Amino acid sequence: MGASSLIVLMLSAIAFSGIAILISKFVLKATKNKQKGEPYECGVPTKGPSWIQFNVGYYLFALIFLIFDVELIFLYPWAAVVKTVGWIALIEIVIFFFILFLGFLYAHKKGALKWQ
Amino acid sequence: MPSLENIANNIHQWLNNNFGAPWPMLIEFAIVGLCIIGLFAMLGLVLIMMERKVSAWMQLRLGPNRVGPVGMFQTAADTLKLIVKEGMTPAGADKFLFNLAPFIVMIIAMVIMAPLMFAKGLQMWDVNIGVLFFTAISSVSVIGILMAGWASNNKYSLLGAMRSGAQIVSYELSAGFAILAIVILTGDLKISTIVNSQADGWWIFKGHLPIWIAFVIFMIAVTAETNRAPFDLAEAESELTAGFHTEYSGMKFALFFLAEYVNIFVVCALGATLFLGGWQPLHFGTDTQFNQWMDYIPSSLWFMGKTFFLIFVIMWFRWTFPRLRIDQLLNLEWKYLLPISMINLLLVTLMAIMGWHF
Repeated sequence: MGASSLIVLMLSAIAFSGIAILISKFVLKATKNKQKGEPYECGVPTKGPSWIQFNVGYYLFALIFLIFDVELIFLYPWAAVVKTVGWIALIEIVIFFFILFLGFLYAHKKGALKWQ
Repeated sequence: MPSLENIANNIHQWLNNNFGAPWPMLIEFAIVGLCIIGLFAMLGLVLIMMERKVSAWMQLRLGPNRVGPVGMFQTAADTLKLIVKEGMTPAGADKFLFNLAPFIVMIIAMVIMAPLMFAKGLQMWDVNIGVLFFTAISSVSVIGILMAGWASNNKYSLLGAMRSGAQIVSYELSAGFAILAIVILTGDLKISTIVNSQADGWWIFKGHLPIWIAFVIFMIAVTAETNRAPFDLAEAESELTAGFHTEYSGMKFALFFLAEYVNIFVVCALGATLFLGGWQPLHFGTDTQFNQWMDYIPSSLWFMGKTFFLIFVIMWFRWTFPRLRIDQLLNLEWKYLLPISMINLLLVTLMAIMGWHF
């Protein structure tokens, strides 16, 4: 079917979810009251806003992830030709991993991999 | 012998013989769309039933057994219940993003199925970057989850979404490395080539120790990526109620739930394709009689059997291991799995160059 299958899949996902939500909208009888709109926090009254600054630890991991993910993208074309290129491929990837490993060690030394 | 491939080809030919230019294509699109929606609905029903029955079996209880024979229609009854429930939007939520998130999660869960090879010759899009497509699309799902958690304006949701995001992006790396091991041995990213390369034996048999390590790492990583126990701290019931979908109810919640189970199916199907030979039947070297017997089993059954075996393994994990803490989880990935999978990748490279695999 080729690339057009993506459009078909996307449309069918939207149709499936949309129809399901619409059906449930028609079937139910909604009532309105003020308490209903409050965020669910196990019955305890909500304190303060939820959209606040968040733990920086997640951000650090996201940064390291970015480095490694880009590196993973570099590896895909390399992996596809390893068998035809032969030994050079292994030597090159060892050098590549070595450089990457230095960066990893630096991040580790700086404490970026420790959960704070 | 009638096979799914023949049926698909026959339909294609019949449509082309009987209709003018744009119609065969449009009708095929409609058929594919309906089939995939049907598959989705079936997967939802079957997997949720299977989850409950497996849990019950592991805990020596009966599980659902009231609706229909041995509780077969329990999930259908649950769906009916979810349809008549109200899909609420909390007053403080970002309404647009809140309602968009289930759609995004569903679209990702469906689009990722495009390159899957369900049976011999039955594939929607044999894209030349096959496995890269999987890694690329599956990382988009994190956007849907973060969107849902943030837009809910609920502290549990936000925490759950953040944890889930950190977890998915971390474990994606080792899953990617495990996939690379197969790409090295096959020399191609195409799913059909990967499956065909296993005609004389699945990679798990041909690849020796490095591939076993890659397989184990892959299973751990996808368990974490789909937020399953023991990595389910994104929705740890006892501390965060339901994680990022705490505020969702009714059909919107059902969509998240469905997408979660379909994602489990997709990653297990990918694992079966890469390591267990996709639709290829089990063959033993020169034992032709045995091989012929195995060939009689349809390829779609082989594929589904392997996939459901892996799904069963993931469900087995849930009742075997206790839940990890967030720091343990990130340590496991960054200090153990990632270095191990990198070294393993070097081993696989060496093996591929020396020709040590069969």
